[in-house]
Amino acid sequence: MDAEPSVRVEDKLYYNRYLVDVGRPHVKVRAHTTPSSELVALLKACPARCYELSDEGRVEVTVDGCIECGTCRVIAEPTGDIQWSYPRGGYGVLFKFG
Amino acid sequence: MIEERFDAIVVGAGMAGNAAALSMARQGMKVLQLERGEYPGSKNVQGAILYADMMEKLIPEFREEAPLERHLVEQRFWMMDDRSHVGMHYRSDDFNEERPNRYTIIRAQFDKWFSSKVREAGATVLCETTVTELVRDERERIVGVRTDRRDGEIHADVVVLAEGVNGLLGTRAGLRARPTPGNVALAVKEMHFLPRETIEARFNLKGEEGVVIEAAGTISRGMTGMGFIYANKECISLGIGCLVADFQRTGQTPYGLLDQFKRHPSVLPLLAGSEVKEYSAHLIPEGGYKSIPQLYGEGWVVVGDAAQLNNAVHREGSNLAMTSGRIAAEAIGLVKSRGEPMTATNLSLYKKMLDESFVIKDLKKYKDLPPLMHTHSRNFFLTYPQLISKAMQNFVRVDGTPKIEKEKATLRSFVKARSWTGLFGDACRFARAWR
Repeated sequence: MDAEPSVRVEDKLYYNRYLVDVGRPHVKVRAHTTPSSELVALLKACPARCYELSDEGRVEVTVDGCIECGTCRVIAEPTGDIQWSYPRGGYGVLFKFG
Repeated sequence: MIEERFDAIVVGAGMAGNAAALSMARQGMKVLQLERGEYPGSKNVQGAILYADMMEKLIPEFREEAPLERHLVEQRFWMMDDRSHVGMHYRSDDFNEERPNRYTIIRAQFDKWFSSKVREAGATVLCETTVTELVRDERERIVGVRTDRRDGEIHADVVVLAEGVNGLLGTRAGLRARPTPGNVALAVKEMHFLPRETIEARFNLKGEEGVVIEAAGTISRGMTGMGFIYANKECISLGIGCLVADFQRTGQTPYGLLDQFKRHPSVLPLLAGSEVKEYSAHLIPEGGYKSIPQLYGEGWVVVGDAAQLNNAVHREGSNLAMTSGRIAAEAIGLVKSRGEPMTATNLSLYKKMLDESFVIKDLKKYKDLPPLMHTHSRNFFLTYPQLISKAMQNFVRVDGTPKIEKEKATLRSFVKARSWTGLFGDACRFARAWR
């Protein structure tokens, strides 16, 4: 099969509707200097690519595009690397079709 | 604080929660259902197929009212390698019956309707409300919930946890374990819109007929996973899911897999010219029977995906969810009608009734299949699909090679890839797990 062209997740998320709870992210990454293997896995496993590697080599999360699947919770909550809650009622992704 | 006291609080308005709330409200119980979405359905993601038999048990006349897409007349299984698929299709005019057996649906729309029936039955449905915590009394019994609304502590005799596969409440309260990367799959899905006639022409359908395609093979790149393509009225639901542990181990991206699946030569023509209107993701319980947690306790029961009730082999989940919700409601109703308290001992009736239903019987039948598929994923999802595709091509391509030599070449390719012991072992393991 052909080499995989880069997939732009941002374009996919653009189809979705969100009500962002500004200043109250529902997922938080624990402060670290070197990311654990679980945190590194989130860079690829998150379907909305909410996790990015900063210039300092730390894993950071931006929840605005989160589709609330829980994959990062399953991978990185047991190690304490992230804190995961649901957004406040009414906030977050608003599926039209689901 | 809401001073009112309820007979039951249902957390979540998916299939399990709606079934439970509806059934309890109809028994005259005072029911409060809490949902974090803007409306019931706005957080719910599924393929989605609706199973009529289980829906009829809740709302017999649903066909006249519910937003349904297409009734299924055809099921296709595709075993895929990178350039081909070997298919098994079953299509029957028997499925064009007066009361069809399965339908494609769009969950956000269906669940909104389902919830309207819950309200009609007399339950109070409160949306945009996230339940943050379970409330316990001094004897550690669950006596209610706390929400993110101001003064949001509400009490009830029993709490029905229908909070979905990634439910936080039960796991935080220590009532069950958090899902593990090994017992949930991550599926991503897109909704592709096309004119109705185009969908009907491409899938060989007339009127309200529908088709589903379930696909496995090299599309999951050696991981335990499956793709699906469901024909709705004016759109196609297309997605792919793999075990979270496999994503974690391989570093494959879910959107990379989805895009590769869409570009497969067998899939691409089905989607040509479509307009994508949504991208979603969801976890699917895959652990089967062995992953079912404790189902009841002092003042609580757990139903649906939250209880890992999903048949990974038959791709059935929503029917197990609505059946478990209904049975939990019936058990609670029986305990209440006897005037007895919602203790663990009394609520064990729910498990007893569920054990006797198809839900637990089916999961028990396949209890060894998920572990087999998860530990031998490269053989079942990569090697065999490639071998079978090669064998089929060898069978149908006419090139002057004598058939006897073709057969020998096919057999050699199987033995070379898996060895006689490997082939024999795989067959035995599969047969044993299927039994």
